[in-house]
Amino acid sequence: MSWNISNDRPVYIQLVEELTMRIVSGVYKPGERIDSVRDFAQQAKVNPNTMQKALAEIERNGLVYSQRTAGKFVTEDKKIIEKARKSIATAELETFMLKMKKLGYNKETVLSFISDAKENNNE
Amino acid sequence: MSEIVIRCTDLIKMYGNVAALKGINLELEKGKIIGLLGPNGSGKTTLIKLICGLLTPTSGDVEVMDMKIGVETKKIVSYLPDRNYIPEKMTVSQAVNLFADFYEDFDRLKAERMFAELGIQSNLVFKNMSKGTREKAQLVLVMSRNAQVYILDEPIAGVDPAAREFILNTIISNYNPESTLIISTHLIADIENVLEDIIFIKDGNIEMHKSVDEIREENGMSVDETFREVFRC
Repeated sequence: MSWNISNDRPVYIQLVEELTMRIVSGVYKPGERIDSVRDFAQQAKVNPNTMQKALAEIERNGLVYSQRTAGKFVTEDKKIIEKARKSIATAELETFMLKMKKLGYNKETVLSFISDAKENNNE
Repeated sequence: MSEIVIRCTDLIKMYGNVAALKGINLELEKGKIIGLLGPNGSGKTTLIKLICGLLTPTSGDVEVMDMKIGVETKKIVSYLPDRNYIPEKMTVSQAVNLFADFYEDFDRLKAERMFAELGIQSNLVFKNMSKGTREKAQLVLVMSRNAQVYILDEPIAGVDPAAREFILNTIISNYNPESTLIISTHLIADIENVLEDIIFIKDGNIEMHKSVDEIREENGMSVDETFREVFRC
């Protein structure tokens, strides 16, 4: 799995987003042990200190917890994960609605677009 | 606050009538990977050579870990020059022996392991190496010291993208939070995600000293783009 770190936004923020996304989308399962700071830094090709900072932030958000010697684990608290999922969705929705508004569509039209839209059958 | 590893005070270096550094004041913190960026002739290598004790200041001071530059600071600074500095006729194993002889903090096993990983034979002579291989070999030697400060002058210039990737990986995986790493380059885009702080140097002056994330946040663009703005010709 690749880390797409773009050049125009703080690395730290992008790492927090990517890690959160991976936990929320189940790439890292609840209770699963995640890689070390060094391994993550190498995979993402970023500064280990920056990765450390991002992991500390994820930990503050409760998505990950540390066990002294064993490493870091994804939380088993589904509520915390659900909350993170919701907040990503809310943010995505906001950007989407703003764009639609720019294009001149009101909420009703957008809703009709959504109900007409074909489901992605990737699942 | 973090410990200061390198401190420059009103540092001036003249080459005859030409001022290469025009009074630099700089404090570098421990545990960081710092990019020293600037166009050709801006004073990057001069600054590095002053820190390594290969040049003496015209006026002003440089200190490493609160010590004047000398034998004691050279023991803790591992320096990769921007040119070939291993004698041409030497083999890899001779170079390893030389480093082991010279530096107390040289980790022979680490060097041998890295050479093996790279598939660089111990009987290979430096003269017969390609540019990229030579660059990698020198980096292995320099990074195999357990130094407090690593200074890499243009470590990725003139090597192919795969070798560049290896070099970056070596830097990340060997990095330890107790040491400080300074990389000078103008190939910014390739390494800016690895850097924590950057120093822009221009005409012998420090133009900017900030963290990468600060620059991105304030300008909404990459360090590479910021560089192009600051140094627009």
